[in-house]
Amino acid sequence: MSLDFLLEIGSEEIPSWMIPGALEQLRRMDLFGAAPKVDATPRRLVVEASGLPQRTPDQEQVVKGPPVSAGEEAAAGFARKQQASVADLQRAGGYYELHKRIPGRPVREILGERLPGAILGIQWPKTMYWTTKDGPRFIRPIRWIVALLGDEVIPFEIAGIKSGNVTRGHRRLGSSSIPVTIANYENELRKNFVIVSANERRQRIEKDAAALQAKLDPDLLETLTYITEYPTAIRGDFDPTYLDLPAEVLTTVMHRHQKYFSVETAPHTLAPHFISVMNTNGDPEGLVRQGNERVLRARFNDARFFWNFDQKKKLADRVQDLAHVTFQAKLGSYLEKTNRIVALVTELGGNEHAQRAALLSKCDLTTEMVKEFTDLQGIVGGLYAEAQDEPEPVWRAIYEHYKPVSMEDSIPSTREGQIVALADKLDTLRGCFGIGLVPTSSKDPFALRRSAQGVVRILVEARLDYRLCDLASGDLSEFLTERVEYYFREVRGFKYDEVNAVLASGCGTLADVEARLTALAQVRPTENFEPLAASFKRIQNILKQADFHGAGAVDPALLEEGPESDLYHDYQRVRAAAQGASYRSALESIASLRPRVDKFFDKVLVNAPDPKIRANRLTLLNNLLTEFSTIADFSEIVPSGDQK
Amino acid sequence: MDSFQDTVFKLKRYWAERGTIIQEPYDVEVGAGTMCPETFLRVLGPKPYRVAYVQPSRRPADGRYGDNPNRLYKHQQLQVILKPSPEDVMDQYLSSLEAVGIDLAKHDIKFEEDNWESPTLGAWGIGWQVMLDGLEITQFTYFQQCGGVDLELVPAELTYGLERLSAFLQGVESVYDIDWAPGVKYSEVRLAEEVQFSVYSFEKADVERLWRLFGEHEAEGRRLIASYDKCADKRRFPVLPAYEQVLKCSHLFNLLDSRGAISVTERVGVIKRVRDLAVGTARIWLDQDGARQEAG
Repeated sequence: MSLDFLLEIGSEEIPSWMIPGALEQLRRMDLFGAAPKVDATPRRLVVEASGLPQRTPDQEQVVKGPPVSAGEEAAAGFARKQQASVADLQRAGGYYELHKRIPGRPVREILGERLPGAILGIQWPKTMYWTTKDGPRFIRPIRWIVALLGDEVIPFEIAGIKSGNVTRGHRRLGSSSIPVTIANYENELRKNFVIVSANERRQRIEKDAAALQAKLDPDLLETLTYITEYPTAIRGDFDPTYLDLPAEVLTTVMHRHQKYFSVETAPHTLAPHFISVMNTNGDPEGLVRQGNERVLRARFNDARFFWNFDQKKKLADRVQDLAHVTFQAKLGSYLEKTNRIVALVTELGGNEHAQRAALLSKCDLTTEMVKEFTDLQGIVGGLYAEAQDEPEPVWRAIYEHYKPVSMEDSIPSTREGQIVALADKLDTLRGCFGIGLVPTSSKDPFALRRSAQGVVRILVEARLDYRLCDLASGDLSEFLTERVEYYFREVRGFKYDEVNAVLASGCGTLADVEARLTALAQVRPTENFEPLAASFKRIQNILKQADFHGAGAVDPALLEEGPESDLYHDYQRVRAAAQGASYRSALESIASLRPRVDKFFDKVLVNAPDPKIRANRLTLLNNLLTEFSTIADFSEIVPSGDQK
Repeated sequence: MDSFQDTVFKLKRYWAERGTIIQEPYDVEVGAGTMCPETFLRVLGPKPYRVAYVQPSRRPADGRYGDNPNRLYKHQQLQVILKPSPEDVMDQYLSSLEAVGIDLAKHDIKFEEDNWESPTLGAWGIGWQVMLDGLEITQFTYFQQCGGVDLELVPAELTYGLERLSAFLQGVESVYDIDWAPGVKYSEVRLAEEVQFSVYSFEKADVERLWRLFGEHEAEGRRLIASYDKCADKRRFPVLPAYEQVLKCSHLFNLLDSRGAISVTERVGVIKRVRDLAVGTARIWLDQDGARQEAG
């Protein structure tokens, strides 16, 4: 008979952003082959499964004993040690052996032993203890545990909490003591104003909020799903005069600080409303709405106060104040960083607007608005610069210079913004690498990976005319190259060997890398390409084995008529054709060499007895390889059949 | 409608009925109720303790000359320490809101992650900000470490922001419009103080003298702490006066900060100086506690 399983870890409110990670771990729980189904609310992590066995199967273990030749006394000793009698022993291959039957055990018992470890073994970003300092650690105090296998409780204890069959409902609307069975668990909780399914809560918020014209923000939706057990959306209003404040500020207050959805009448046009998602079933007297409106009003008033206050001192007059804002202890203040960015923008050929933007780019760090709304750095600077009559290219560059902030975000829209953003990120990267702050797989406190990714995307997508190798060297160059590989592979979908092949063929601008990659990916499926790539690999091996480093020209007089001179003539023809041709047609011409190369290897002995002829042949191959590896290093291409 | 003081009475009564002693405010400037010895020192060691008190808390940098409806140089906290934290601490907390007249069935309460850390005290904890209809009314923290020491019994700390709570209960937009007592506004009681201390903290405080005072209090604290090991009768050692030097330094640090006198590079160093004192007194408190128990 197979059994159903239910585990509910009842806790005090778990930080919403940590819940999905914990569920991912619980999904891997070992339940005797049954597939765990997981779910959560802020106060409970739930694992359900069906089809668990009642007992583990019996097993037989064979214990080898002494040789039969050792006599009966040895056999008796062995039997005694194994707590068996001599009569139980068998003989096999001249040895005594004991076939022990290890009886299976009730799964309930095994789970009772395992579950405490499985629960406390969940990895969290930060844990606490709540009993004594030697007590167990978890994300928040565990207050109850439901653990059932079929109709029975799986008995165990964590931090003085005994597992049982009693759950708790919504903090205010539900009962604090609800006996449940596996069958009625979700339903009983629903009656007590807890929706166990995160998916259902998410849909409920989406539906409610959409009905109230909310602009759904996916991150906020996820947060709200995991900070509520019984979500209900309500709409509130604010005084339309606040719409004079920048939408960016209003939206940040609503989304980040108050966890409200905003309402738009048209894209980027805010309406004077907000949607709050409550963790309760309604607001019949409108008290919750009024409360939220009052809080929002106070927040907006603060923002208006900051805006007016900050206008008293222009951004341009704040540059020197940056001397008091530390960028990084060893890298100095933001004033020093600003000076470096301005110099770098100039070096990169940025125009006067770009230089001005660079000079003002960090000044908003001294404003009250950014001290309050740190997420808005850059944006506030741009808005202030606009209000203070800086030219549009300047304010827009300031506004956008932190872009792209994520993989999904776009790069700055103007050339000035692109150059300032590039200079800012490069400066951070160079500085941090210079003092050994190199990110590891687990630690990247300065978000250098994101900066590097930003550099790569700006260079490629803005088609900027700088070569990576001129912008960085050493470890940083390697780090950036990794991001280039990642970008073309994971974001742009090129094959890893194509990316390797193009990057191995030398340093160009990233726009050029992109063009070569595109051509390579187009030519790759043609019939001659991969076999030719394989031949190039062979050429490389031959040259390596011959330890050939010679350069210089081929001596046509030493060429043998037939495949060798045919290859030479075709090589010259292709070389001429590839000159100035597009990457694609160049690659196509190169690929057309394939029959000649095949014929050459088929008919011509590279290791000719005459050293002069041999050297001439190696020269031919070497020229072929070097001349035609400038677009991509074909030896990096892995034939499609062998791809990882 | 309850006045500010009515709400304070009710909260004190509520917690007194649950076995906390009601202390009076500490008489040295602090930035938060956490810094009072009733919290900072009492949470150390194995002895259970329950205490509640109102603590006027000074944050010089938050001064707004009485112009901002929600930000104050000095605000009043109701601080509750339950050591060890009872299993139903959250329910007890929620009932305290009912006790001051909030019908929870009609409101929206959320516990949102907010961990607390005080580098100057070498202290941190895990917890939430409690949101009532979108308004943060309480900080709820399970202390983990104080004075650099892992705590033996984990206390729950509840810090009610009394002005916010009262403004909510009275339905007013500005703290200055709160009725402190029937017929007496918050502004009548406190506005002058807000204006004058803002003027002092932002404009008048003599930076050089403040630094000197900081150095003097630090030196006095260090001197006392250094003398502990040679002290013959540990039980008589003045650890509480030594701790007051920590509080003096901490407040001077905040004042200097609001005067913009602490550069970011200096900051870490100055914080460490205060923390060293805090850690020193915490160590002595614990040791003395042990000595006291041995003596029976």
